[in-house]
Amino acid sequence: MLKGKDIITIKDLSKREIFEIFETAKEMIPIAKGKSIDLLKGKILATLFFEPSTRTRFSFETAMHRLGGEVISFADPKTTSISKGETLADTIRIVDSYSDVIVIRHSYEGAAKLASKFADHPVINAGDGAGQHPTQTLLDLFTIWSNLGKIENLNVGLLGDLKYGRTVHSLALALADFGANLYMISPKGLEMPDHINREVGEKIKVKKTEDLLSVIGELDVLYVTRIQKERFPDINEYLKIAGSYRIDLSTLEKAKKDLIILHPLPRIDEISPDVDYTPHAKYFEQAFNGVPVRMAILSMVMGVR
Amino acid sequence: MQDKELKIEKIRNGTVIDHIPSGRALKVLKILNIDENVKTTVSIGIHVTSKKSGFKDIVKIEDRYLASKEIAKIALIAPNATVNKIKDYEVVEKYNVVPPSEIAGIVKCSNPACVTNANEPVVPEFYVISTEPIRIKCKYCEREMEGGDIIQNII
Repeated sequence: MLKGKDIITIKDLSKREIFEIFETAKEMIPIAKGKSIDLLKGKILATLFFEPSTRTRFSFETAMHRLGGEVISFADPKTTSISKGETLADTIRIVDSYSDVIVIRHSYEGAAKLASKFADHPVINAGDGAGQHPTQTLLDLFTIWSNLGKIENLNVGLLGDLKYGRTVHSLALALADFGANLYMISPKGLEMPDHINREVGEKIKVKKTEDLLSVIGELDVLYVTRIQKERFPDINEYLKIAGSYRIDLSTLEKAKKDLIILHPLPRIDEISPDVDYTPHAKYFEQAFNGVPVRMAILSMVMGVR
Repeated sequence: MQDKELKIEKIRNGTVIDHIPSGRALKVLKILNIDENVKTTVSIGIHVTSKKSGFKDIVKIEDRYLASKEIAKIALIAPNATVNKIKDYEVVEKYNVVPPSEIAGIVKCSNPACVTNANEPVVPEFYVISTEPIRIKCKYCEREMEGGDIIQNII
């Protein structure tokens, strides 16, 4: 039962709870597509996005509206009392007294944990600094599960900047818990940190490589992340690396027929637009899945499911 | 111990913290808030020969007994230290320090982006995830700290 529960990191959820979220999210898909219902009528979601976001915020707000609930929010954090020097703790106490559930994104690491301490209602972390973003991990896992029917024993390639993105770290840990085999595919200098490799290596098989083409034929899932320009002191080095990690039709020649490609988006040029029209491309479906997955979470933490 | 070996006098009443890793005595004083305003006699031995471990530090504080919270703090930087309670020159109680499983308000998080460093009304809290060597993990941002990092961030 998720009723009343805060969702701060993916580790707050048991495997069983994650599967319950998946089953509920599956039922929510037709509602997410427009068949709105009144499940959360009379309930109020407060979205506190102290950092900009489009997909995450829109999908939470869409999820709430589709379930018949209301959303309160601010347009710009600069206009809030935080900018006058109010503590986050006080803001949370007040917003908590106005609403039934809080979704928060903040630049401080641990901000959602702090919010959960001061709120009586459930708090859902929508990203805290370079920290956790558990609903992203859930929708990534859900997209794999709903397309391939399982996660266990799948060969999942994580491609790109595996060093800095902590969301890809939580995804790797979650995939390992579900028994997927991981392929860490990254350029030199952007490899998965050792402590993550060690932790996942205790549970599952891990293969590390710099060369996507040497493993593409083995993969069931390819999870692409963006390689950021800022990570390279030399722009030419960046262009060379980014070019060699770009997915296009020729990259996919040796891929399995039912390989699925995911990307947390926004993409810049990691995936060629031609790929969008292949059956491999599931990244837009993945972005859509943010809505049913968040509908499931909202209704479950509010105890109506 | 024979008197001729004693570099620091025996104390009548108070606390002797023994088997502090060599060089950490001053940190122990910091943890115990012993500074220029101290009102009791404190003797410090640094780099003293130890039968057990080569060299050690030792701190003797007269007329003060330590609270269990203070003893737990010492465990963070001196996991093998012993704390002796002295009355009338005799050891009346002796404890090995034991790191607690969780700590609050003793160390601040070394992550500048952690919410506990942001003027919020919370004390920093950590799980002690390993004792040998000591490693702690922030309950808020999940940053792990060890060794020198912990010592530098003692509040």
